[in-house]
Amino acid sequence: MSDKPQGRRFQLPEHLKAYQGVWVIVEQERGQAHSVSWELVGEARKLADKLGTDVGAVVLGADSPDIARICGEAFGYGADVVYKVTDPVLADYRTEPYARVMTDVVNAHKPEIVLLGATTLGRDLAGAIATTLQTGLTADCTELDIYAENRSLAATRPTFGGTLLCTIQTLAFRPQMATVRPRVMAMPDRDESRLGRIVEIAPNLSEDDVATKVLRFIPDSAQNEAQLAFADIIVAAGKGLGKPENLGLVWDLAKVLGAEVGVTRPLVQAGWATFDRQVGQTGKTVRPKLYIAAGISGAIQHRVGMEKADLILAINTDPNAPIFDFAHHAIVGDALQVLPALTEAFAQRLRVNRLAS
Amino acid sequence: MHIVVCIKQVPDSAQIRIHPVTNTIMRQGVPAIINPFDLFSLEEALRIKDRTGAKVTVLTMGPPMAEASLRKALSFGADAAVLLTDRKFAGSDTLATSYALTSAIKKLHEEDPVDLVFCGKQTVDGDTAQVGPGIATRLGLQQLTYISRIEDVDVEARTITVHRRSEGGVQVLKTALPCMITMLEGTNTIRFGTMDDLFRAARTPLRQWGKDDCVEDETKVGLKGSPTVVSKVFVPKPKAEKAKIIEGDSPAALAAAAIDTIFAAQPKLAAELLAR
Repeated sequence: MSDKPQGRRFQLPEHLKAYQGVWVIVEQERGQAHSVSWELVGEARKLADKLGTDVGAVVLGADSPDIARICGEAFGYGADVVYKVTDPVLADYRTEPYARVMTDVVNAHKPEIVLLGATTLGRDLAGAIATTLQTGLTADCTELDIYAENRSLAATRPTFGGTLLCTIQTLAFRPQMATVRPRVMAMPDRDESRLGRIVEIAPNLSEDDVATKVLRFIPDSAQNEAQLAFADIIVAAGKGLGKPENLGLVWDLAKVLGAEVGVTRPLVQAGWATFDRQVGQTGKTVRPKLYIAAGISGAIQHRVGMEKADLILAINTDPNAPIFDFAHHAIVGDALQVLPALTEAFAQRLRVNRLAS
Repeated sequence: MHIVVCIKQVPDSAQIRIHPVTNTIMRQGVPAIINPFDLFSLEEALRIKDRTGAKVTVLTMGPPMAEASLRKALSFGADAAVLLTDRKFAGSDTLATSYALTSAIKKLHEEDPVDLVFCGKQTVDGDTAQVGPGIATRLGLQQLTYISRIEDVDVEARTITVHRRSEGGVQVLKTALPCMITMLEGTNTIRFGTMDDLFRAARTPLRQWGKDDCVEDETKVGLKGSPTVVSKVFVPKPKAEKAKIIEGDSPAALAAAAIDTIFAAQPKLAAELLAR
């Protein structure tokens, strides 16, 4: 294991120097762009400025006013060029037509870097495109940088469940591809006056060529499933709560805060909560602004799912619990007593403020 | 009907420790397990076997010790197992790995046509979720990732209907076989094998293939076939300090102090909360 990045000595072969520009494939579904796409446009801007090149945003879908609006947003967040790829076949995401079109567009316009969100769509599409393009793809990066010596992308990602970080490069192949999870990069400021160039692309697809059909879409709101990934506040419970009835204390606090309730894997296995509330390696990865961990010891499997929270408050009776190694603030005490006190105190503060305003 | 399930033997991440002085991974004594995500796909394949009488072949690429994972998979009810192992495969990234696995699936397909390939959603050590799509793309299979439910497999019409997790909802998709499926975690629980399965698992001969048995282009496997290079491995900077302890002599005092701390650290969040 050497600390010295060997890749810096590598010089790019002549034929790959035609690849220029940093691209983001904008994730658009049902007329909405995913926030991770704008986080990545912000990141692409920084990389492109270091390289002295342009930021390209690729927007795919069936032509509509929504698509036009999303193209405008892309400029606002920092894109110089928007590749607007429209065809009725692209209305819903399906791997086959999206991968085929994206491969063609990349081959035609030759970007040096292509970034996607590490979402179900982004990971599905990135894996397919990188295979056809026979290039390198680095998943779930937490940091992106440029080695100025040879214009190469240095993509840093956690490995071994977050115990190590590694920096990965794609040296002799282009484009260099990477995915980044939502909320890892900061959301850039939007400048509505920013304008750019639109490149319209009409791929002329035929629905008959696509084997996969979308029968229907079931939105989550209709399903009553927990939405932890986008929650600003999560109150989470572990085995320290003792018995299932005590989970009510967590729900009470969550209700006052408008928060979601998360749990550790043992609680799901014991049947206290459903799997959609499990936070951790085999459950959800979350990045809320506030994570209150009650009676959670902080095993690595749980930690990797929540340690990116902006602020972690942990409540545990054991002052040596591993969670206090990475939480920001600690209450050494019994969650069964602290939780109701927090609920009461929060309720009072929020109520007082409401009366005052 | 023939189903191939790709699995990977991984170190149990719960047991990995970093050496406190040298800052390197201590691999000694870390038990190896089947990648937990693979078990959801294996169970789903076995359920299709229960319904249709399909044959289930498990395939893994790894060192010779990965045989233990294949035996385990057989004990759950898989019918056959192939271990893809060769020193030349060492250092493969996801592109090279999907090439090697694809080569083996092609060889299995020649013996007994493959209708479905299952992969884990991702592994717990690599965490990339790229090998499944790599295999699907190389074999021209319909790619169905993040599947929460297989609604129907129509062996006659050769179609499959699935629920696919996407942002904000579930897509119900119908497509044609053959396809590559990765199952979402938590969608099922791996069965306990029967006593018969346990005995059979111990007796079933494993097939072991090296690069010469199935790989056409050996420049596409191992380090040579991998476009990515790891240029640096390092231990994340440990957090400078442990959690700051909030003091208070009663639950109410602790709660009040905790809220002050939260509001001071996150003024934007405090403003949003108070504005509700």
